[in-house]
Amino acid sequence: MKFSESWLREWVSPSIDTAELVAQLTMAGLEVDAVDAVAPAFDGVVVGEIGAVDPHPNADKLRVCQVTGAAGETVQVVCGAPNARQGLKVPFATVGATLPGDMKIRKAKLRDVESFGMLCGQDEIGLGGDGSGLWELPSDAPAGADLRDYLSLNDQLIEVDLTPNRGDCLSIRGLAREVGVLNTVAVAGPSLDPVSATVDDHLPVVLDASAACPRYVGRVIRGVNLAAPSPLWLQEKLRRSGIRSIDPVVDVTNYVMLELGQPMHAFDLATLDGGIRVRMAEQGESLELLDGSKATLNDDTLVIADHQKPLAIAGIMGGKLSAVTADTRDIFLESAYFDPLAIAGRPRNYGLHTDSSHRFERGVDWQLQSLAIERATALLLNIVGGQAGPVTVAESEAHLPRSGEVRLTRRKLQQQLSLSLDAGLVSGMLQRLGLEILAEDEDGWRCRVPSWRFDIAIEVDLIEEVARIYGYNRLPTAAISASLPIEVCRETRTGLSLLRQQLVARGYREAITYCFVDPDVQKHLLPDIEGVALANPIASDMSVMRTTLWSGLLPAVRRNLNRQQSRVRIFESGLSFMPEAGGVKQESMIAGAVTGTRLPERWSNPRDLVDFFDIKSDVEALLKQNHVFDQYRFVPAAHPALHPGQCAAIERNGEPVGYIGLLHPRVQKLLDISQPVYVFELALGAVVEGELPAFRGVSRFPEVRRDLAVIVDRDLSASTLCETIREAAGCYLVDLKIFDVYQGKGVEINRKSIAVGLTFRESSRTLTEEEITVAVDQVVSAIKEQHSASLRG
Amino acid sequence: METLELLAREAQQAIEQAQDLAALDQVRVEYLGKKGRLTDLLKGLGKLSAEERPAAGAKINEVKEQLQSQINRHRTDLENADLEARLASEALDVTLPGRGEDSGGLHLITHTMERIESFFSRVGYSVEEGPEIEDDYHNFEALNIPSHHPARAMHDTFYVTENTVLRTHTSPVQIRTMKTQEPPIRIICPGRVYRCDSDLTHTPMFHQVEGLVVDRDVSMADLRGTIDQFLKAFFEADLPVRFRPSYFPFTEPSAEVDIQCTNCRGAGCRICKNTGWLEVMGCGMVHPNVFGHCGIDAEKYSGFAFGMGVERLAMLRYGVNDLRLFFDNEIQFLKQF
Repeated sequence: MKFSESWLREWVSPSIDTAELVAQLTMAGLEVDAVDAVAPAFDGVVVGEIGAVDPHPNADKLRVCQVTGAAGETVQVVCGAPNARQGLKVPFATVGATLPGDMKIRKAKLRDVESFGMLCGQDEIGLGGDGSGLWELPSDAPAGADLRDYLSLNDQLIEVDLTPNRGDCLSIRGLAREVGVLNTVAVAGPSLDPVSATVDDHLPVVLDASAACPRYVGRVIRGVNLAAPSPLWLQEKLRRSGIRSIDPVVDVTNYVMLELGQPMHAFDLATLDGGIRVRMAEQGESLELLDGSKATLNDDTLVIADHQKPLAIAGIMGGKLSAVTADTRDIFLESAYFDPLAIAGRPRNYGLHTDSSHRFERGVDWQLQSLAIERATALLLNIVGGQAGPVTVAESEAHLPRSGEVRLTRRKLQQQLSLSLDAGLVSGMLQRLGLEILAEDEDGWRCRVPSWRFDIAIEVDLIEEVARIYGYNRLPTAAISASLPIEVCRETRTGLSLLRQQLVARGYREAITYCFVDPDVQKHLLPDIEGVALANPIASDMSVMRTTLWSGLLPAVRRNLNRQQSRVRIFESGLSFMPEAGGVKQESMIAGAVTGTRLPERWSNPRDLVDFFDIKSDVEALLKQNHVFDQYRFVPAAHPALHPGQCAAIERNGEPVGYIGLLHPRVQKLLDISQPVYVFELALGAVVEGELPAFRGVSRFPEVRRDLAVIVDRDLSASTLCETIREAAGCYLVDLKIFDVYQGKGVEINRKSIAVGLTFRESSRTLTEEEITVAVDQVVSAIKEQHSASLRG
Repeated sequence: METLELLAREAQQAIEQAQDLAALDQVRVEYLGKKGRLTDLLKGLGKLSAEERPAAGAKINEVKEQLQSQINRHRTDLENADLEARLASEALDVTLPGRGEDSGGLHLITHTMERIESFFSRVGYSVEEGPEIEDDYHNFEALNIPSHHPARAMHDTFYVTENTVLRTHTSPVQIRTMKTQEPPIRIICPGRVYRCDSDLTHTPMFHQVEGLVVDRDVSMADLRGTIDQFLKAFFEADLPVRFRPSYFPFTEPSAEVDIQCTNCRGAGCRICKNTGWLEVMGCGMVHPNVFGHCGIDAEKYSGFAFGMGVERLAMLRYGVNDLRLFFDNEIQFLKQF
C-alpha cells in the first residue's frame, strides 16, 4: 500500500514528523518499505501563463513565447515544445531556478533570441510524464504561484508492506485509524453524506450465490460527461498511490478504494441486459477482460452477470464489453462485499492480481458498501455531472459475516506477556482499535470485533493487539529456565559431523548443490530411474529431484574444471529422492567426487593422478568410524555411470549400501567433463550404525612374520585369495597384508603375482617354528588347490 | 730425562696439529701404541738402577697420562667439529611448505548451522529433522495455513503433486515432533527448504534453522530472552535487538526480529536500506490452532517458535556479498572458510 503523507494527514495528524510516523508504523507491524519525496528537489518553478506565441526567426522548431510568471511579470521564453500555445498554463522555471539534477536556469540566447527561463514538461521536474511536451496545468491554476505549493509537492510517498492479515489497512481510512490508536489522537475523514436520488432509474440485482456475495449495492447514474479529464487533485492523489489516471469514472472508483478500502466497479449501463445477477460462472464460460485478455472461467469463480452474459469476474477484473468508455452516458456503479474465501486463490488461477482482488482476498469491511457508493456518487456528480438514481441494496442477511465476540482474560494476558497491565490501559487500547467492549469484570473483557478486522477471532489475537500497541520492545524479557536431564546419546551411532570431519581431514571440501537437478545430467547417471519431477520447476535444468548426489556434484566438478581448478575434491551430504511404489524414498546420502592429482601441486609432492585406490581409502576411512569394518565388502559390480572394470558395489552384511568407481569415460564425455573423475556414494543410514569397540587383550609374546609371493590367475580377486589364506592359516594368524602386486615381465600373461605378509601370534606363549611352518604349509596347499596358485621364486 | 721432556713436547705438538680423527690416531699410535716412542721409554727403564726406576717410571707414566687425556680432549673437539659440519650440511629451507594433503573444509552453511545447533544444544534443545518432499498437511494445513489462505502466496511453493510440495520451511518438522512427543519440547530443526523464487537475493533452495519450545507457562518474555541471547552469542557482540509485530499464520503474537545493522552500527547504509536495522528472524507464540492439530492442550501448555535463514546470518557474519555464491560450489569460494 502506497500513499502520500499529506493525504493521511487530512484524516489524522499527530504532531510527529515523517521519520517518527514511519518508525511508528513499522514498529506497529505495518512495515514501511520506502519513503520517497513526492517530487525531487527543485525551486524557482511557478505556474506560468503563455501569452503571445511567435515563430522563432532562426529556427523552425522553436517558438518565442511571452510568459507571465512570478509577480505578474511577463518575460520572453524560447520554447521547443510542440504544444506551446497561447493561454496555456505550464510549469515555468524562472531565471535562477534549480531543476532536478542540479540544473541551474540562467538567462540565455537561443539562436540569437534571448530567453528568460524555461517552460517545463512533467519529466523535466521529475514528476513522471512521457517527455512529449509541456505539462498542461489546469486552466484555473493561478499564474505566478509557486508550483510546489500549488501541487502540494512538499509531501512524502510512504509505502507500507502489509502482512496478509491486515487487509483493513489497505486504505487511508484504515491507516489513519492505526495512527490514531498509536498516538491517541482523533481521526476524522471527509464528510460522507448520502446523495439523494434525482432520478428513479435502477437496475434489479439478484444474488444467486449469496454465500459468496452476501451483499451487493448498486446505483445508476445517468447523463455523465466523460469528455473532461479528472481534476488535478484527483490525478495527483492517485499518482501518489501508484495508480494511473484513466478517466474520471475509473479514477473515482479507484479513489474510493484507496480512501475507504472498498473496491468498486462501474459498468456502462447501455451494455447491461435486464439486470445484475451475481452467480457462479458456468464451467468453460468465456469473458473478455478489461486488459484485453480472454478468460475461460471455472465454476468455482464468482461472476457479475446480467441476464444474458457474464460482465466481470467478481472482485477481480471487469469485462471489456461492459466497460465505461469515452462515449458512455449512463453508468451503473457497483459496491459489493465478497466472501474472501470466494475470491482467494482465483486471481492466481487466472494469472491476475489486481488492487481489487488484493483487497477482497484479504477481506473488505463488510459494513462499508453503502458508505462507499455514496462517497463515489458525490465525487462523480461533482466531476462528471449526471443524475443519481436510488441506491439498490441486495443482501442475504443469513450469509453476511457475524460480528464476532472474543473474550480476553487478564490471567492469559499476564501469562503470555509476563506483564500485568492496567485494566484501563487495556480497555482504552481495545476501544480505540474499534472493538466494542460488551462486558468487563475482574477476569477480563468480552469484546465485539469490528467489521473490518478479519484477523481477530480468538483470545491470542487480542493479546497480540495489546502487545503491539503497548510495544513489543517494552515487554519484559527472561532467560528461559528448565530442568535439563542428561539425555542418552548412543555412542554406537556415528554422527554425520564426524564423517564430514574425516573427509575434510582428507582434503575434501564440502559442497551444497541444489536438490533439483538437470534431467539431462541425471539420465546419464541412472538412466533406468525416472526422477521425481517438479510440477512448476524454476528452470528446465532444475526440474527433477536428484536420485543420486552425483547429479549435483559432477556439474560442480565441471564448473571448477572450467574455472582452472584442475584438482577438485568435493563431497556433499543430503537427501536423495528415489521413486518407489506409492511414494518417494528420501534417503540421507554422503557422496564425493575427486579428480586431478593425488596430492596438491607442491615442490615435494609427486604429480601422480588420483586413482581408484585413493578414493577407496577415503571411503574406508568413513567405514572404519563405527568399528564394524569387517561387515563391509567391496564387490566388483556394474553401474551405468561407472567404468565397468573400476566399479565396486559396497555391501554391508550382503546388503548394498553404495557405489564407488571411476566415472564411465562415455558419461564423462556426455557430461562435458574434461578429465577422469572418481566418485562414491553411501547411504548414510548404513554407515552410521555401528558397535562399541571390543577389547581383545594385548600379547606380550613375539609375533612371527612370513612372506609369500604367489602367482595366481589375473582375475582372481585379492579378497577371495585373502579369504582362503585366512581360513587355511588357522587361529594364530593375526594380520594379513598384501604388500605387492605385480603383473608383467617374468609372469605369464593371464597370471599375476601377489605378495602377502602373514603375521602370527599367540597371546599366552611364543609360537614354535613348527607351528608356524604347519600354518604356512596349510596356506600354500589351500591356495594351490583352490586357486591353482604357485609360489614365486 | 731430557729425552722424556723433549718427547713430551714433541708429542703435544703432534696432537695439537692432528687435523682429523685419523691423524690423531696416528699420533696416538706413534707415541702411546705398543711400539710407540713413549712405550719404548718405559721398556728402557730396565736399564736403570733399582733406585732410579720407580721415579723415572712414575715420570714417564705421568707424561703418558697427560698425553692420553690431551688426545681424548682433542678427539672430542674433532668429533664435535665433525658433527657440526655434518649438521651444517644437513640444513633445510624450513620455510618450504610441508608435504602431503591439505585439509579441506566444511561449507560455510554447514559450519553456520553447526554453530547455531551448538548454542541451542548446550541449553537442552535437541536436533530434529524431517523429509524435504512434504505433504500439504504438514507444510501448510497443520500450520494454520489452509488452502487459499493469502499467506500461501508468501511461500512460492514448488509442487510435486497436487498434495505434495518441497517443504517451504522446516516448520513441518515441528508438527511431526509435537505429534509424537509430549511436552516439554525443546527442539531445533535445521535443514534445506525450497521456494520458487530466484533473483539476486533469493535462491530456490536455502537453509533454515527453526526452534520450538513447548512447556507450561512459556511466555513472550522467554521468547524475547532466548532470541536476544542467541543473536548476541551468534554475532559475539552486544547488538541491539528489536521485535516488530508481524504476521505468520502459525504464531500469534508474531514478530520479526531486527538487529542493529552489523555494517554501519545503526548509522544507516546501503545494506540496511538506511534504516539502521537488519531483519534476521521471524518468531512468535505458537498459535492455538497449531496446538489443536497436534493434540496439545493449549490451555495447559504454551510455546514459542522461531526461524532464521542460515544464508542471511552467514552473509552478515562473514560479509559474503552474493547469496548465489553459496550454491555455485566454486573451490575459490569454498576454500575461504
